[in-house]
Amino acid sequence: MIAIQTEDLTKKYKEKIAVNSLNLTIEQGELFALLGVNGAGKSTTIKMLSCLTKPTNGEALILGNSIVLDAIKVKEIINVSPQETAIARNLTVRENLELVKGIYGSDKKQSKQKAEEIIVDFGLSEIACDKAKTLSGGWQRRLSIAMALISEPKILFLDEPTLGLDVLARRELWRVIKQLKGKVTIILTTHYLEEAESLADRIGVMAKGELKAIGTANELMTETQTTKFEDAFVEIVEQGGMQI
Amino acid sequence: MKTLAFASRNRKEILRDRLNLAFGIGFPVVLLLLLSAIQSSIPVELFTIDRLTPGIAVFGLSFISLFSGMLIAKDRTSSFMMRLFTSPLKSSDFIFGYTIPLLPMAVLQIAVSFAVAFLLGLTVNINVLITIIVLIPAAFLFIAIGLLCGSLFNDKQVGGVCGALLTNLSAWLSGTWFDLDLVGGAFRKIADALPFVHAVRSGRAALSGDYSSVFPDLWWVIGYAVVIMIIAILVFTKKMNSDDL
Repeated sequence: MIAIQTEDLTKKYKEKIAVNSLNLTIEQGELFALLGVNGAGKSTTIKMLSCLTKPTNGEALILGNSIVLDAIKVKEIINVSPQETAIARNLTVRENLELVKGIYGSDKKQSKQKAEEIIVDFGLSEIACDKAKTLSGGWQRRLSIAMALISEPKILFLDEPTLGLDVLARRELWRVIKQLKGKVTIILTTHYLEEAESLADRIGVMAKGELKAIGTANELMTETQTTKFEDAFVEIVEQGGMQI
Repeated sequence: MKTLAFASRNRKEILRDRLNLAFGIGFPVVLLLLLSAIQSSIPVELFTIDRLTPGIAVFGLSFISLFSGMLIAKDRTSSFMMRLFTSPLKSSDFIFGYTIPLLPMAVLQIAVSFAVAFLLGLTVNINVLITIIVLIPAAFLFIAIGLLCGSLFNDKQVGGVCGALLTNLSAWLSGTWFDLDLVGGAFRKIADALPFVHAVRSGRAALSGDYSSVFPDLWWVIGYAVVIMIIAILVFTKKMNSDDL
């Protein structure tokens, strides 16, 4: 079943085209990585798909719901872990989780119950009563992802989830993301090529607002006749893409 | 349920900012004590406890604008707002979610001013309760100002506008510190055109038991509260739907 389908999805900011006629299909349960250099249009794509900004042209369907016409329905079935850690700083870890469950419509009892489950699943028990602002960057990011999952979204957007984390914290988050594979459709944007190579089922490479290539890491390397994924990425971005 | 969950978060965020809270409740109390001390040494009619207390209560409400403005501005300039905007919360959930926790705080702040005034000799009677009710539209007014400033400015700007400008405006132009008739002229006209002096006057009228004089001053306050709240809702909704996040 198709989770996300975009049709000529376009976003212009005055004269600047941030995303240009994006046509993309992502299957349910897939972990899809969007790669690109700064300004490639990854974050704008995520913002449009999560109904944070309206497309200038085109359309996208999220499990059959239009991001333009059915924004509230879309918002009920997705969740986002933004690029910067998005937590309520003066609330404890548990309260942050209960808050998100609550704003997605659950009552107090359901929120508390689900928060406890997520605390266990994400190994947050030791810090459950700590205020979010006292946590390290790695724990805050982990909490941010846990907050994105507590609403039990069918589609999860992870916008550069490991940005700024040390190697150990990044590997730990990779482990968490791998556990989600197959259960939730995940759209991941990242600058770390090894992250996409390690985690993603398929990878899309964007440059200058356009989708330049799409496929598995191996397919992209084969298409570009390279042996390293980094070389394939550079080739795609510098040469302006390949047939998709 | 969504609104209440969000309101609960906002209540916790405000109450856990101890410095803001202490300043917001403590400063009006200190002023009340200070001006009462001046009154006991140099009797000034303006500073008698029954005239001073409604003025201090209205002045104290300007800190409610600061609380709400800072919270919204901080949310708006952080990724947390992105999380909230991608959730199924509607603009009405946001407005009520920010307003609901502030109203009891505003009433509590007014009540604290009166509790201290009782210790300083204010008579305990039914008029006090009526005055607190009469000051509720003023509480809405200051909450609306906070919502508007928080929707327009960043947290530093809100600190300047609500923390410095609004507190001074509500102090100087309310007729609490000095009799506006003594200054007269354009100053008096500006004060009369703004809601602060009307809020204080309606509070004083209620406290003195002169209920017939509560209006039309209270209409000024209600009018300003409604208009500013509508503008705040429109501005917040526009920001929510804009690309500028």
